[in-house]
Amino acid sequence: MTDNVYKPTTATIKSIQLEAGGGRPIRTFKIQVDEQEARDQFLHKPGQFAIISYFGSGESVFAINSKPNKDGIIEFSVMRVGNVTGKLHELEEGDKVGVRGPYGNSFPVEDWKGKDIVFIGAGIGVSPVASVYRYVLAPENRKDYGNVTVIYGARTPKDLVFKDEFKTFEERDDLDLWLCIDWKFGPKGPTGESAMKGWPAINMQAPGETKVDSNRKFTAFVPQLVEVVKPNPENAVAVTCGPPIAIKFITQALDKLGWGADQIYTTLENRMKCGIGKCGRCNIGDVYVCKHGPVFTYKEVKDMVPEF
Amino acid sequence: MAKLISKDKLDDLLSRLKEQEKYEVFAPVEVDGVTLYQHINKVPSLEFTNSNKPPKDLFFPQTETMFQLERDDKVFVGTKDIETSSDPILVLGMRPCDSRAMLILDKLFYWDYVDPYYKDRRDRTTIISFTCTLPNMPKESCFCTSMGGAPDSNEGADMLWTDMGDVYYVESLTDKGNKLLELGGNLFTDSDQAHDSKVAEIKVNAKKAISRKLDTNGVKEALEKSFESDYWDEFAARCLGCGICTLLCPTCHCFDIYDVISNGEGRRERTWDSCQYSHYTAHASGHNPRPEKKHRQRNRIYHKFLYMENNLDIIGCVGCGRCISGCPVNIDIIEVAEGIKEAEGIKEAEGIKEAKND
Repeated sequence: MTDNVYKPTTATIKSIQLEAGGGRPIRTFKIQVDEQEARDQFLHKPGQFAIISYFGSGESVFAINSKPNKDGIIEFSVMRVGNVTGKLHELEEGDKVGVRGPYGNSFPVEDWKGKDIVFIGAGIGVSPVASVYRYVLAPENRKDYGNVTVIYGARTPKDLVFKDEFKTFEERDDLDLWLCIDWKFGPKGPTGESAMKGWPAINMQAPGETKVDSNRKFTAFVPQLVEVVKPNPENAVAVTCGPPIAIKFITQALDKLGWGADQIYTTLENRMKCGIGKCGRCNIGDVYVCKHGPVFTYKEVKDMVPEF
Repeated sequence: MAKLISKDKLDDLLSRLKEQEKYEVFAPVEVDGVTLYQHINKVPSLEFTNSNKPPKDLFFPQTETMFQLERDDKVFVGTKDIETSSDPILVLGMRPCDSRAMLILDKLFYWDYVDPYYKDRRDRTTIISFTCTLPNMPKESCFCTSMGGAPDSNEGADMLWTDMGDVYYVESLTDKGNKLLELGGNLFTDSDQAHDSKVAEIKVNAKKAISRKLDTNGVKEALEKSFESDYWDEFAARCLGCGICTLLCPTCHCFDIYDVISNGEGRRERTWDSCQYSHYTAHASGHNPRPEKKHRQRNRIYHKFLYMENNLDIIGCVGCGRCISGCPVNIDIIEVAEGIKEAEGIKEAEGIKEAKND
């Protein structure tokens, strides 16, 4: 038979990190493909996704958040929401999973050389963006890019994923890190009293007028934080990800700051089974998220039919 | 040169194919009033209107095991290949609409990534199409001539046979077809001028028998501007969401993949799925990009008439009519496609209505 694209290769779990607790906990898995030949074939690019098998339960699709490597190392974050993700959350180091891919297109990091890059993520949505900021921030690539800004938010401090990594970002002088949490908002938006200690509220009515000192942590929604940070669109690209509603407001904020829709990159998710354009279901109009995406410019997203 | 084969020699042909090359032969067989493709050892009557179920499951089974799961003590840790046959397959008596559907499935299943299960069966299979002289499904639903096909189309087939009473008129189109001629040897005789001219007449009459028409001019243009039209509410209102239109479609290809454990053995299966089912697009979070029946019916129509063409340069409908005759609430793809043109004012604007009445 022809090479079987549906047959996963096996990989071993190297480490598991609990990123966030609660009813829908998130764990980040680092796995390594077992066979050398399969490692050589699994050379992912930033933005691509993998299909992971829990043998006996099925497959699920995950954005790869590790930077490209030749060792068959694949990192992905899993929110426990269904059958397969529930099973994956029960696994331990040393256990076996299946993996196939990498699939989909990728962020055009080659075209971005010499440009400033702004990463904007919300919640678990930071995961697909992680592969590309890890690529850009890697010592061997960092010099190829201009200023790097990371803007990231979650509901509570506990929900901020990749905590250890973000701690190292705070110490780096070659990137500007901005964080926000939004759980403290009452019906009237944030007030002085409702903001969390150490996370002052921004000016919700006019986010751009918020007074900024050395503090980089706020009680705010990510789109408003973008208006506080005011990233400069000149010779720059923005990479954003998160729930569709967050992306919508983030791009509106960028639009106010003069960003063009073709300067903004994002990744989309849809239910998938095959990952290779055959099983149907992931299409938004004639655009297959698995084949034409998952990376799109916001201009491309705006041209799609409204079926998200 | 065309050949002839006498109907009473068909069983001999079958025996030769089985004995010499182990062909597995499938043909449309009527069972309890329903025509289905079945494995045959003797040639059945072969006088049938088109099969109720399309032949796609000979290439893309409704459910198939992709591979087994390898077990290590209590857990599954990898995959195990299953044994597959390498014997050739013959489909005797496919309708030209269904053979043309194979070209659409080919495009999809070979789109950048080759689907190994489909390709394996496709490569092993020889297709003998029959000129469609008994075209209409119940309720007169088929319209192949509107979709670029014809009752005597040979597209997608390895041979085209035409029923001439005592004999079949045999045209070989590919190496696979020639191989069959070779194996049949003296069972095939040369055609003559009388048969050649008679077959031309049969084909002309077959075309005339196709009564339903869909004017595809303007459908794409109408769809391009009507995604958010109220039209979709209107026509999807009576849809039951049963998915029969997609299950009976010879070009619908959607599937699900999942693991099954039974008696301690594990396997991965895939099975036909349908864009008409709500869980088909539902995210694990509960969010659903196509939450209502109108969105799902709309997707079916757009996929056939717009998306397939944009992505694979082929319209995803061959006009077999099964979705029409099979729909329990009489949703008719011809009426839907004509209706959207009307709703968008395209008929009047481009004078297509007049053209249709000519």
